[in-house]
Amino acid sequence: MENKDSSKISRGDLLKGLVKKGGLMMLGGLPWAAYVEENKEEEFVLRPPGAVDEKKFVESCIKCGICVEECPYDTLKLAKPGDDALTGTPFFTPRDIPCYMCTDIPCVEACPTDSLLKDLVSDDNDKYNIEKAEMGVAVIDRKNCLAYWGIRCDACYRACPLLDEAIVLNFERNKRTGKHAMMKPEVNADICTGCGMCEHACITEKASIFVLPREKALGKVNDDYIKGWDKEDESRLDSTNIYIDKNQVEKSTLDYLNDTGSLLNDE
Amino acid sequence: MSNLSKYRFLLLRRIVQVTILVLFWGANRYGWKVLAGNLSTAKVLDSFYLADPLAVLQILATGTIITLDILIGVLIIVFFYGLITGRIFCSWVCPVNIVTDSAAWLRKKGYREKGNKYLKLSRSTRYYVLVLALILSLILGVAAYEVINPIGITVRGIVFGFGVSATVLLLIFLFDLLVLKNGFCGHICPVGGFYSLISKFRLLKVHLENDKCTSCMDCKTVCPEVQVLGIVGKKSGDISQGACTNCGRCIEVCEDDALRFKFF
Repeated sequence: MENKDSSKISRGDLLKGLVKKGGLMMLGGLPWAAYVEENKEEEFVLRPPGAVDEKKFVESCIKCGICVEECPYDTLKLAKPGDDALTGTPFFTPRDIPCYMCTDIPCVEACPTDSLLKDLVSDDNDKYNIEKAEMGVAVIDRKNCLAYWGIRCDACYRACPLLDEAIVLNFERNKRTGKHAMMKPEVNADICTGCGMCEHACITEKASIFVLPREKALGKVNDDYIKGWDKEDESRLDSTNIYIDKNQVEKSTLDYLNDTGSLLNDE
Repeated sequence: MSNLSKYRFLLLRRIVQVTILVLFWGANRYGWKVLAGNLSTAKVLDSFYLADPLAVLQILATGTIITLDILIGVLIIVFFYGLITGRIFCSWVCPVNIVTDSAAWLRKKGYREKGNKYLKLSRSTRYYVLVLALILSLILGVAAYEVINPIGITVRGIVFGFGVSATVLLLIFLFDLLVLKNGFCGHICPVGGFYSLISKFRLLKVHLENDKCTSCMDCKTVCPEVQVLGIVGKKSGDISQGACTNCGRCIEVCEDDALRFKFF
């Protein structure tokens, strides 16, 4: 009895209190969570060079904006509420200002949280190599690209900092006129860094070549497709353990084909 | 006592608040190296970092390992505010304080003096918001309070020149003016809540000499965390609660010279 008096609140009251507080926290927490969830699901955002993948990036970026301050071209912006990036995180819009691919990459150098990681834009000798950046990949809208109409334009090709590597021109006969060449640009996704200088340079009203996050623009081939003609790709087989030594297969091919096994068994 | 000295700490605070913003702004605009970044993480004199402990806690809650630079930055801040100055971030650094102080001032001027008719909210609400921020960060994989933190949104707007979000500040201003006295900074903001939690054992405190006190309660009318002034009119001693922001308003309005800052 004495214990009960000194503890003042009964177990029932304590429980009610906990349920009430928990309920109130959920009341506040649910709309808050919904807003945060909505805010971070911006899948088409372009990050500075050396950015870790988007999921890790929104986890680790502390929103200090020092990368933005270090950017000499004012390319990088910090997202404000309503922008298409998690509030406070750095992003860029190539049509406005592309990444000019500084060789000393000051934005990466400045990042205090390793959200921009030097390793991702360095060679093995630890020296910066901006050409390893994977900010995104340029995609061509062939319907609206003037070069695909047969009109001569190579603005993107000329603007590309990796000239004739990231964007190449494919020469084709113009069947409509019968006497002209078409010079169709094509992006090499293995080389393109996503800097967006092509998008910035594109002369159509709305850019007909534009940068998308690699995650959005590129497909992914299953592991079991191997380029047999490519030595390096073929060597992936060496590390698999599914290789079957033909000499160890017990049945002959004929036996294998004739073995109806369970096929004829209704059960 | 001259009129100006009744506002000496207030003026000094405004100067400090504006100076910090100007330094951040200059770092972005002109490349000054004194204070780069913003209030979530700042690089000082191009040599070391200061980091907002609550922002870092949320980042840790997402399962991210922080860098040594940031860890040191957090420790400096926790040590400085927690053990030396107390919660002065709220009254001497944070620009939202200017907005909420204005609302409190207008309230005193009679725009809404009498109690809180609309909303009763515990001062402990901020601790629940803090816990909630960490839980949500854990679940959502993103520092949850930093997405809506009006301090961050305001400071970034000024420093990076895209403009102050009038919506956010107006919301806080009207809330403080019309709904709840000292509503945001004194009840809701988990940043202030965090500094309240760590400031209990600080060195810099307001000290009351009860012999001089005439119990006029002027200090309680200006104090944004009025519950910390519990000893006024009762007994001499230090204002020790962590929630005291050491803003010094009580000291400057005291006609009896009964309050003063005390170090140690």
